[in-house]
Amino acid sequence: MSGSIMQLDNVTTIFGAGSGATVANDRVSLEIAESPPRLLSIVGESGSGKTTAARTLLGLQPPTSGRALWRGKDIYRLSRREMVQFRHEVQAVFQDPYGIYNPFYKINRVFDMTIRKFGLAASRKEREERIREALEVVSLRPHDVLGRYPHQLSGGERQRVMLARAYLLKPKVIVADEAISMLDVAVRAVIMNILIDFKDELGISTVFITHDLSAAYYLGGDIMVMRRGQVVETGDVDTVLKAPSHPYTQLLLESIPSPDPDDRWEIGAGELGTLERQAGVAAQ
Amino acid sequence: MMPATTAETQRAHRQGDAPLLEIENLAIHFRSPKGVARVVDGTTLTIHRNEIVGVAGESGSGKTTLVEALLQIVRFPNRETRGRVMFTTRAGQKVDLMQLGPRQMRRLRLDEIAYVPQGSMNSLNPVVRVGTQIVDGMVDHGVGEREARRRVPGILERVGLEPRVAKLYPHELSGGMKQRVIIAIAISMNPALIIADEPTTALDVNVQRRILETLSRLRDELGVAILMVSHDLPVHAQLVDRVAVMYAGQIVETGDVRSVVKTPLHPYAKGLMQAIPSITKPRERLEGIRGTTPSPFAWPDGCRFHNRCPYAMEVCANVPPFIAGVRAGQRETVDGVMDVQPGREVACHLYPESTPDAEATS
Repeated sequence: MSGSIMQLDNVTTIFGAGSGATVANDRVSLEIAESPPRLLSIVGESGSGKTTAARTLLGLQPPTSGRALWRGKDIYRLSRREMVQFRHEVQAVFQDPYGIYNPFYKINRVFDMTIRKFGLAASRKEREERIREALEVVSLRPHDVLGRYPHQLSGGERQRVMLARAYLLKPKVIVADEAISMLDVAVRAVIMNILIDFKDELGISTVFITHDLSAAYYLGGDIMVMRRGQVVETGDVDTVLKAPSHPYTQLLLESIPSPDPDDRWEIGAGELGTLERQAGVAAQ
Repeated sequence: MMPATTAETQRAHRQGDAPLLEIENLAIHFRSPKGVARVVDGTTLTIHRNEIVGVAGESGSGKTTLVEALLQIVRFPNRETRGRVMFTTRAGQKVDLMQLGPRQMRRLRLDEIAYVPQGSMNSLNPVVRVGTQIVDGMVDHGVGEREARRRVPGILERVGLEPRVAKLYPHELSGGMKQRVIIAIAISMNPALIIADEPTTALDVNVQRRILETLSRLRDELGVAILMVSHDLPVHAQLVDRVAVMYAGQIVETGDVRSVVKTPLHPYAKGLMQAIPSITKPRERLEGIRGTTPSPFAWPDGCRFHNRCPYAMEVCANVPPFIAGVRAGQRETVDGVMDVQPGREVACHLYPESTPDAEATS
């Protein structure tokens, strides 16, 4: 038994007020322990509240009620010193690998700033060594990225640079919000492999926000299915996907396009919208 | 699962049909201060009536530029186009789309070839009721306003929307409904061909499924042909009859979707298939495809995939393979000895059909 690194405890987040209010998170709870490290996928359709949960974990979205905790402390009441520590231990990887870089600076700056801010290297030589090692971990060759500008890299390379940056900090937790959805199929697996290796070899946990159930399955670990702000099902990914207990999970599962052309959906099988009605979502 | 008999009948039916659109050796290049970007380079593809053809490939492979060029949507000042795109019109005439003037092209668009651009569901006019937006297109193509209005409920019903939706504004619709409205506009003039670029990409999976089902039903009900661009292979597996895999501005493999998915011939196609996680298969580590997509300003010499290809041979770095029909039967493929179905085409030196004759190259 070890302490908890991150925890959402009955988090409710409401945007707006009165009749137009949106309950983005409705009593959401989750926990990432110090050890063992864990891969947790949060899945759901757009508007299900998965990104709000991620932002709450990252200290970007204070909940309306309930608590978001880092090492038992309220993330939104950390002292300046604790905040630095929190930013060291909890890293974010976002959906858009194009939008997060400053286009005027070379890629090197991403690493240089990180090393300087967190005092990760004592000498120039050590700094270079650190960067080289971090790039190696994500299978990038230093001369492919260093000295280049963000627009010269592909989406997959940019996302790997973010993971290399995260690696420099040896965080406890990575929160990856739709980190692969803008990438080509051929590199999605590469990114997920890195996260799996981070967990197995470095003990880094990942909270993986995705709309893609097959990605959640590939990653393994645990899954949390959200709908309209609520957690409808949670558990080990194999158990949940093999025997979903909630009709909404069932709907998501049946909607995954199979890569096998012999396994096509039956067109007009049953009444249009039956699955949706059982799951409580609108047929569109 | 679709009953095999229906699929077989449809296929037999289609084979008897004349080609609707024949893309022959199409090249689209862009001049820029950095040099010439050969975005699409020597592409050949045929679409038959009532057939659904998919174009697959990663970002930067040229799939969107290809379909935009078919309709002369890209009118870049520096654009250079070569090759022919023969389209058989309703009147039975064959016209080269590349040679049409803007007015002739405009008459053909929507009326005979409808285009659903990527993300177009977000380009509906926010201050005009949906019904009016459907009417506008028809009126533009010579249908009387009263007649156009009369047709709207029927068109909406075809795409799975209630007639009352005509009175709504786009912001009152969900993403899936907006995409249905776009498809409604596309079928309003009963075209022979719909070109759809990533029609389900930003949608939730359950909505994606319904949209794909709708497209499939429209093909059966209206006899329309569909050319669909998508980066997502499972989407192709669910919808299309034939698929063309694009890499670096060229089509590297075509064939019946079942055969291409089950026995890919091109190493790139094989890599794509192997990169897809599937919840129906046991979990095993996927490797993806090493390296990155090359730049259209400097495609690699020889086969454009050779520096990422685990099967590369000496010839691959020097001689570009050309796309050629592959002899059917039991033969060596990237997956070992497989039964190769007829009608497959590939551009890869692993298959002797793709390698130019020694005399021709020397």
